[in-house]
Amino acid sequence: MQGGRIMSQVKHKMPEQDAQVRRHNFNEVALGYDAETAKAEAARCLQCKHAPCRKGCPVEIDIPAFIQQVKDGDFVAANSIIRDYNNLPAVCGRVCPQEDQCEKLCIRGIKGEPVGIGRLERFVADFSLGGTCPLPPPPPEVKIGKVAVIGGGPASLTVAGDLARMGYQITLFEALHTAGGVLMYGIPEFRLPKDIVKCEIETLKYLGVEVVVNAVIGKTFTVDELMQEEGYDAVFIGTGAGLPHFMKMPGENLNGVYSANEFLTRVNLMKAYKFPETATPVQIGRNVAVVGGGNVAMDSARTALRLGAENVYIVYRRSRDEMPARAEEVEHAHEEGVIFQLLTNPVQVVGDENGWVKGLECVQMELGEPDASGRRRPMEKPDSNFVLDVETVVIAIGQGPNPLIQDTTPGMDTNKHGNIVADDDGKTTKEGVFAGGDIVTGAATVILAMGAGKKAAASIHAYVQHKKQG
Amino acid sequence: MYKIIKAEELSAGVQSFIVEAPLVARKCQAGQFIILRIDEAGERIPLTIADYDREKGTIQLIFQEVGDTTKQMGKLKTGDYLLDVAGPLGKATEVENFGTVVCIGGGIGVAPVYPIARAYKNAGNRVISIIGARNADLLIMEKEMRSVSDELFITTDDGSAGHKGLVVDPLKDMIAAGEKIARVMAIGPMVMMRGVAEVTRPHGIHTLVSLNPIMVDGTGMCGGCRCSVGGETKFACVDGPEFDGHQVDFNGLMSRARMYHTQERQCKGDGSCHK
Ligand SMILES: Cc1cc2nc3c(=O)[nH]c(=O)nc-3n(C[C@H](O)[C@H](O)[C@H](O)COP(=O)(O)OP(=O)(O)OC[C@H]3O[C@@H](n4cnc5c(N)ncnc54)[C@H](O)[C@@H]3O)c2cc1C
Ligand code: SF4
Ligand code: FES
Repeated sequence: MQGGRIMSQVKHKMPEQDAQVRRHNFNEVALGYDAETAKAEAARCLQCKHAPCRKGCPVEIDIPAFIQQVKDGDFVAANSIIRDYNNLPAVCGRVCPQEDQCEKLCIRGIKGEPVGIGRLERFVADFSLGGTCPLPPPPPEVKIGKVAVIGGGPASLTVAGDLARMGYQITLFEALHTAGGVLMYGIPEFRLPKDIVKCEIETLKYLGVEVVVNAVIGKTFTVDELMQEEGYDAVFIGTGAGLPHFMKMPGENLNGVYSANEFLTRVNLMKAYKFPETATPVQIGRNVAVVGGGNVAMDSARTALRLGAENVYIVYRRSRDEMPARAEEVEHAHEEGVIFQLLTNPVQVVGDENGWVKGLECVQMELGEPDASGRRRPMEKPDSNFVLDVETVVIAIGQGPNPLIQDTTPGMDTNKHGNIVADDDGKTTKEGVFAGGDIVTGAATVILAMGAGKKAAASIHAYVQHKKQG
Repeated sequence: MYKIIKAEELSAGVQSFIVEAPLVARKCQAGQFIILRIDEAGERIPLTIADYDREKGTIQLIFQEVGDTTKQMGKLKTGDYLLDVAGPLGKATEVENFGTVVCIGGGIGVAPVYPIARAYKNAGNRVISIIGARNADLLIMEKEMRSVSDELFITTDDGSAGHKGLVVDPLKDMIAAGEKIARVMAIGPMVMMRGVAEVTRPHGIHTLVSLNPIMVDGTGMCGGCRCSVGGETKFACVDGPEFDGHQVDFNGLMSRARMYHTQERQCKGDGSCHK
């Protein structure tokens, strides 16, 4: 492999906990490259002039440049290149759908596997953390404006960080008792250790960002109050897609039916997997059905296994090819023993005489013509109903926008789904109010939320400075 | 951290906390609630705001030591802290001059009914209140309720105070006597609220009940608090907590309230569910 000519066609494997071991614990599944493997993987990069990979990256990280530094063994330089574009590389290296982004366009992927860009990003970020949480340089002392950031997910963390570094006084308002958004309450510990997220939040505090938890905007303060009474020059709304959708099928209110949000929040945020050491319980049956095919569904299914369920089914109405989850998560779920009940749609939850779930009635599906999303439309097969014997059902079919802020903010437009309308720079229809992330796009990805945050930060800066001069 | 300015036992197993929570006290209205967590290992539980003082930035919480968290809370003293208090949450009670309103509080439910009765009174309503408990020792806030009511009825199961019987008894008498009631607000155990709704239903008296299902976030994010009202699924934390008592599926709610009974038995309220 030395000369770079006879390079491996496949990515260097990232060590992982064995599937049979990890399905019983909440420790991180993927263990990350060591320095030697990272350098060897970096050597697979062809340093393409046109760097097609960059075009697949929503924040256009200078991928070949950082990979070159990895190859040369200068991991610190690699980290600072990534950090110029991405505020949360240790997070993105773990949860980005690389196969649909940078790695999808990688030249090496034409013949063989693409460069393991995500794995390299993760390695570089972890190396720079070195198991610690290093402090950033102190921000400017003189403050050039005061901005309120609502929500504590990746969009808001990015806005807060960028503006604090520019010299703004920032207050971040989070409804829950801790910031982090989906990174804290949704994505499980075994995929994204919470210490990494906490480090990002500590970094913000060190930059002078005031983090006010337990503050539900729309209730505790309205957006108008923040601007008119509390003296903020601008407000950023990054409240995510937090409203769980249900199927609206019979039996959904039976005991044993959870929204994925509730199930994951109990386990991740409230640490129900440590019950009774922690006070929040979670109810888990021996047999669990998770409805949906996205990351949220995979996370729920794998969490159910770790809580001790024996049979965990993914019930998804299309086929594996249409599943929106990251390929790696589907793979991991499969290895851990999750049973994929594909081309299957639930029709009702069956209860026992005491109001508990005892089964999930489903119907089999077949794929017809492509629909608006380009995916083949699933159609019910007549007379194919059957009942899955399960005691727990987790509904993971998507989330919409929580209306608390929209309902209390006159003059700010929303679309027909209730998402806030904002332009590319994050400007809403209300002066001084900006928005980005899932609350604008609908449930999407961490990197898109972060990218939206970066643009919004720049546009808030322009707006506030313009206003101050005018 | 939210300081407990004053902890006081109101009756056997019923505690009152005055808590420093200026952001909540600033805006809260009758009918709203907060979500609290005692400590890092604690669960998030909802409690109705029984009273508030905007100037001092404090709120009053009244709770009965029933579950693990409330038993833990019972051990906290003046000067101790709660780790988290989020709110005000939920929709405020609709308050106008409706005419004659009947406010019914059963057991610990008297606490949340009090600020509502006061708000009705201040809006010019004639307020008739009925408060009840199992026995005289468990009866709370009689003085407060009297101060905001034009008439006050007391009922106890054993007759140790007031009328021996249920809170619905004086209500039935009033209706039979031809009292023109514009609305009824009933807060208490689920069976009591259901009972009140059944009494008023045939007479078409608008009846509100305040639900307190199991909650996690209290912001509409988890759906754990869902309940069926008029055949539609509602989230009690954001769509309520008050709903039309004639539309609520009480049986479904009572069933959901049992969801964690097995786990609750593991918690003895002695810290075994907390480290
Ligand atoms: C289980 C799960 C797994 C996922 N896996 C992946 C993955 O592998 N890869 C990936 O790229 N993406 C994944 N996603 C999607 C990704 O997490 C989101 O797209 C991203 O977090 C959106 O960021 P955000 O900043 O817009 O909002 P969020 O992360 O949703 O944060 C919003 C925050 O705002 C707070 N908030 C809401 N309302 C208010 C209010 N009124 N006042 C104050 N605060 C409020 C919320 O409590 C929350 O903390 C996953 C999502 C879930 C649920
Ligand atoms: S496309 Fe692939 S090989 Fe080319 S520069 Fe990007 S990562 Fe390297
Ligand atoms: S408590 Fe979570 S939605 Fe109501």
